[in-house]
Amino acid sequence: MNNVSTAIYTLGKVAQSTQCCVPRSHISVRDLSVSYAGNPVLENVSLDIYKGCITALIGPSGCGKSSFLASLNRMNDLIPSAKVSGTIELEGTNILTASTRVDQLRRRIGMIFQKPNPFPLSIRKNIELPLQEHGQNKPSHIQERLQQVLSDVGLWEEVKDRLNDSALALSGGQQQRLCIARALTLEPEILLMDEPCSALDPISSAVVEDMIKKLSGRYTIVIVTHNLAQARRIANYAAFFWMKEKVGKLVEFGQCHPLFDTPQDPLTAAYVSGITG
Amino acid sequence: MRRLNHLFTIAISLATLLVVSAFIWLLWDLVAQGLDKLSWEFLSQAPKRSGREGGIWPMIVSTLWILIVAIAVVVPLGLGCAIWLAEFARRDHHWQRRLGVVLDVLAGVPSIVFGLFGYAFFCVYLNLGFSILSGGLTLACMMLPILIRTAEMGIAAVPNEWRQAGAALDISRTTLLRKVILPYAAPAITAGLLLAIGRATAETAALIFTSGYVDRMPGSVNDSGRALAVHVYDLSMNVLGGDQAAYATALVLIGLIIVINLGANLLSEYWVERHLQRI
Repeated sequence: MNNVSTAIYTLGKVAQSTQCCVPRSHISVRDLSVSYAGNPVLENVSLDIYKGCITALIGPSGCGKSSFLASLNRMNDLIPSAKVSGTIELEGTNILTASTRVDQLRRRIGMIFQKPNPFPLSIRKNIELPLQEHGQNKPSHIQERLQQVLSDVGLWEEVKDRLNDSALALSGGQQQRLCIARALTLEPEILLMDEPCSALDPISSAVVEDMIKKLSGRYTIVIVTHNLAQARRIANYAAFFWMKEKVGKLVEFGQCHPLFDTPQDPLTAAYVSGITG
Repeated sequence: MRRLNHLFTIAISLATLLVVSAFIWLLWDLVAQGLDKLSWEFLSQAPKRSGREGGIWPMIVSTLWILIVAIAVVVPLGLGCAIWLAEFARRDHHWQRRLGVVLDVLAGVPSIVFGLFGYAFFCVYLNLGFSILSGGLTLACMMLPILIRTAEMGIAAVPNEWRQAGAALDISRTTLLRKVILPYAAPAITAGLLLAIGRATAETAALIFTSGYVDRMPGSVNDSGRALAVHVYDLSMNVLGGDQAAYATALVLIGLIIVINLGANLLSEYWVERHLQRI
């Protein structure tokens, strides 16, 4: 499985069909396995995340997509029983070593969660807190960043007159965009999104989706989604995960549209056409 | 089914009514028997003739001193423990669960046992004698498990999504605790502290053994002092004709608890408002 996957999911194979962005590897994952309290949830995953592209992780619940995502910024470290093996190279440096500075890593890789989780503070303070925590205290600089990141997520016009109101008073979609803006304050290179639209109504979801699309190019984005239509609309690459013998595996990885239109694996074909899962 | 529902509603309403009327009756009894005696002189003078006459000023001072000593010890220690248990200890560790059971048992230990321990440890072993310090420290031991358990639960109840957001943004746990988690848990922490203070203010048995019985004005925390609750006990049990003074003292004691409650809630609200921006 390993060798095959490494062989299949390399730059060469992907580059053969029409490109939707320049495939330069930003993160290379090799033989990644994750287990919780000794129970494997994900085994031998190898794939490349391309710089500036949107990579969608699709597949049924419980097949290890979120565990994969949480390995990329070492959020799995927060779960004491979690064990991660293999290598994840971020621009050539393995981040799964003990000497990796997790704080620096998390500044380079931002994360957006399934349920919008703004702090119970004002809109302004939600953006200020990470900036101040990382030593940026100059009011003019904070104001500038505030306007910048809120504009980036299309929220500035909507909230500029009520920056001191509670972030919790915003609608779900606005809260999620605020969370994305908050992640952008640290100027990350990569954004990890764990089903960012699943808790939102269809209209908010469309707004967030549109915004994610606009952020690609500037940021490398990895997004877990159960919404296949959404993956098809926004992603450049797609990775299809599936449970085999109770363990999550990567079944197929490739450019998004070919993966949907001409899947190589029968499982993928069944899943994307809605027969299975 | 509808009838059963109806009966159930009546039953729970009656239960509430019963509890509330018992409480009102108690308060009414106190006010009816004690209010006449209550006056500025009663509050500001020293007791005469074992408390039959005069006032309760030394007891008010002693009570406040004992509470100050206890709170000064309990707040940092209790909050520290609660934060550690809720945020830093591994929840899946069996000994952490055992620690929880130990705290629950300690919270339920009769106060007289704490009194005997306080006497043996603070008064005799640490040579603090019958003093406000011994009494305050003994009460602190009693209050700690109550505060730790409620504060721990309050902190643990803060949604985990903010901890995740904090970790993903590389915000230190100290900052997150200070700016988000503790302010959010403040009402629960305050409730725990008030529960503990309430129990301590009403405490009699543990104090007779530790801070003593003398109704003089204490000169320092090393002096013995008689708490209000001890005074009520003494007046009603040992002093013939002290009933009215006992009622009045109890009234003052309840007033004190109400004032502490209001004050603590205001402080907690101020803390929340200063840090959080809720809807």
